[in-house]
Amino acid sequence: MRSMKTQTKRLTFLGIAVAIALVLSYIEMLLPPIWSAVPGIKAGLPNIVIILVLYGLSLKDAAAVSLVRLALVTLLFGNAMTLLYSLAGAVLSLGIMAILKKINSFSVVGVSIAGAVFHNLGQIIVAIIIMQTKEIGYYMIVLAFSGTIAGIFVGLLGGILLKYFKRLKL
Amino acid sequence: MCPEKRRLRNDILLIAVIFAVALIGFLVFKSTMKTGDYVTVSIDGVEKYRYSLSENIQTDIITGENTNRLVIDGGKAYITEADCPDKICVGHRGISKTGETIVCLPHKVVVAVVSGEDEADIIA
Repeated sequence: MRSMKTQTKRLTFLGIAVAIALVLSYIEMLLPPIWSAVPGIKAGLPNIVIILVLYGLSLKDAAAVSLVRLALVTLLFGNAMTLLYSLAGAVLSLGIMAILKKINSFSVVGVSIAGAVFHNLGQIIVAIIIMQTKEIGYYMIVLAFSGTIAGIFVGLLGGILLKYFKRLKL
Repeated sequence: MCPEKRRLRNDILLIAVIFAVALIGFLVFKSTMKTGDYVTVSIDGVEKYRYSLSENIQTDIITGENTNRLVIDGGKAYITEADCPDKICVGHRGISKTGETIVCLPHKVVVAVVSGEDEADIIA
């Protein structure tokens, strides 16, 4: 009976997590571009939710939230092309975060930074393949800096939220 | 060393490594840059047009129903008008050094500066 209750709580939380991540994606879309010369500079707000689920629950749950968010964002705001970019970013980002969390040598902030930079890296790789232009790789120089800064903020926020999250006892 | 301190140290190390790699990339990029002679216009990865940077021209790059206006003025190439939704290419500053590009993702248009000598391989 008790495990059933926990299961329901868990599922409800995951639903809320997807909803929050979706809203954060939308808010991020409304923000003006920071530097129009280099597309792809962003705060990575939805990653706060992904980090929370990755640390608070499990990699499986984080992957589920990430993929459902991706599907919804694509349906609401995107197309097949944006899905390709987002998917590459999401998979590489969550992949590196899961690995770094597992080896346990970095804090939430370090894991978040790696996630942010790998998100940019995934998108740049897709852009190079689709556009057949390796010069796009130079954008990565700027994105490495912006991703690190974004990752620090997202990681700090995720770390604070994680303390409160643990009180929920899911 | 306690685990928290070790993790903080590793975090800082990670940031330093990322910045160092980016800085090296930037220096390599800078050192390979020289003033180019031509701009190539590629659509969907295939080179379609080539213009000299020494002449001032204005032309429309038409891809299906989409248009980007390419202007070459004073040795620099700009996109001054485009009917893409994000207008990132229009906001891009003028390009004149080899390897510099203006990219319009929605229209799959890439404007790249190349030098006269190496035709196929822009930058190794």
